[in-house]
Amino acid sequence: MLTQPTDTDIQTDQSELGALALGDAARADASKSHSTSMRRGKNSERLMTHLGLLLISIGFLLPFVWMLSTSLKTLDKTMEFPPQFLPSPAVPANYWTVLTSEKVDFPLFTRNTLIIAVLSVLGTTLSSAIVAYGFSKINFKGRGVLFALMLATMMIPFPVTMVSLFSLFRWLGDNTGIAWLGTFKPLWVPAWFGSAFNIFLLRQFFMTIPNELSESARIDGCSEWGIFRRIILPLARPALTVVALFTFMGTWNDFLGPLVYLQRPEQYTLALGLQAFQSQHGGTEWNLLMAASVLVLSPIIVLFFLTQKTFIQGIATTGMKG
Amino acid sequence: MNRKDWAQLGKGLGFLSPWLIGFFAFTLIPVGLSFYYSLCEYSLLQKPLYIGLDNYRQLWADPIFWKALTNTFYYALMALPSGMMVSLGLALLLNADIRGQAIYRTIIFLPSLVPTVASAMLWLWLFNAKLGLINNLLGKVGIEGPGWLTTPEWALPALAFMSLWGVGHTVVIYLAGLQDVPRELYEAAEIDGARSWRRLWHITLPMLSPVIFFNLVMALIGTMQVFAVPYIMTGGGPTRSTYFFTMYLYDNAFTYLKMGYASAMAWVQLLIILCLTGFSFWSSRKWVHYQSK
Repeated sequence: MLTQPTDTDIQTDQSELGALALGDAARADASKSHSTSMRRGKNSERLMTHLGLLLISIGFLLPFVWMLSTSLKTLDKTMEFPPQFLPSPAVPANYWTVLTSEKVDFPLFTRNTLIIAVLSVLGTTLSSAIVAYGFSKINFKGRGVLFALMLATMMIPFPVTMVSLFSLFRWLGDNTGIAWLGTFKPLWVPAWFGSAFNIFLLRQFFMTIPNELSESARIDGCSEWGIFRRIILPLARPALTVVALFTFMGTWNDFLGPLVYLQRPEQYTLALGLQAFQSQHGGTEWNLLMAASVLVLSPIIVLFFLTQKTFIQGIATTGMKG
Repeated sequence: MNRKDWAQLGKGLGFLSPWLIGFFAFTLIPVGLSFYYSLCEYSLLQKPLYIGLDNYRQLWADPIFWKALTNTFYYALMALPSGMMVSLGLALLLNADIRGQAIYRTIIFLPSLVPTVASAMLWLWLFNAKLGLINNLLGKVGIEGPGWLTTPEWALPALAFMSLWGVGHTVVIYLAGLQDVPRELYEAAEIDGARSWRRLWHITLPMLSPVIFFNLVMALIGTMQVFAVPYIMTGGGPTRSTYFFTMYLYDNAFTYLKMGYASAMAWVQLLIILCLTGFSFWSSRKWVHYQSK
């Protein structure tokens, strides 16, 4: 697959991955299991699988149900023993209470999170694509070594560099007059210099684009940047979407980064805000805390259902071509 | 190298330049700098003062450091094997050709999307000793559940159990691997009369071993970084039973302002990760089977 695939290769490759998308799964598998001999006498086994999956699914869903149900209860009802699954009375107003809470400004946190997320998504998608082009479409000496080096950096986790990055940003602030600590910059500027994981992901995708395309453009006198802009980028849209999605969710999720770099409550992201909300309310108003958690969680769930297919393909790719 | 080679090199490095700059600024310099800090006494308020290997010596004699390290390993020992088995088992179940499979897949994947902080809040409530769902359900079958997060013996296992809720991501990777196993192998085994557990042992697992290996390495690195969940849910307690490596690193750096000491921990963490990854790669020769394409 890595050596000059043809157009049809790309298509089959994509449709195989496409079969992994949750919506297509059943259909794809039905068409794949052809041998009838495999099916004979397997009804009991199939029933057991169904039963097992049903029980497990209930187990996986229960926490969600419990979360939603608590978020709609009055405070008294959360203390009730034994607890009821159906909240009566149901108080959707809990959500309003959270959104308008004076102690914790959720609309502001949402705005902060979105600013950091959008800047990170733009930066990392663009820069990682540029670098991935260099790693996949330009032949030069030392490329292999640099690529191996880049893969190795994926093993260095944030906690390892957290302390020195903090003092580096502080030093930058003291010596350039432009503050870094206590601003959003440490959270999004690094994204504009590519991230190893995203570069790797995009490079794997670019490799499946036939080299003939870029070669013939080169013969026509197209510059490398032109090939990147006009040929590779448009073809790579699915992969770019995956990178954008993962980055968005990663930023939405990040807790340690904002905890280290942000200093004032009005800069908090949703992740920090939710934790602040919990400590402010003494951790006893479970109905409000669950409502707040649902609010933080729901945009991600919506985003997932809107992009399901691309999303699942992306995860599948990360594990397969390593 | 001739002129064309140089031109290619220039173009290549041009495209690589964002990453090259980022690599120096956000990886190489910080990693080097933290090694220097690890040899210093450094409180952020004053300039770093060189003290040689004192920080490392102190770490060696620091019971809290060892506690945090062993906690992290205990957690890894609980969470990794169970997570691996659960995610593999689920992937095998979800790979079966049955009705409603798409729905099952979605349900099992969903929890892995929940932002860490939100899931910490949710499980804080689920684990609640008196009012939580878990102890209520246990009560229905006559078991009196402990205070999961308030008893030292149960807090770490509880966090490991909670991590199983989020295996969906790994399951998807395994599912992708399973679809890559050539059907002919199963058909041949079927004709030879191999039973299903033997097919699993002799075909599925060997064919899946590169994916298992990838997930293992990622999970190992991930465990060394566990921070948000214990920070929010237990604050490391009770009696430091859920105090993780990264939490102690964070506390040293930003609570006690012992940046040099924290940097020494960062280097220990880096070395541990390198050793674990190196060991995984070395051992993988014995059990990972790469399909020749």
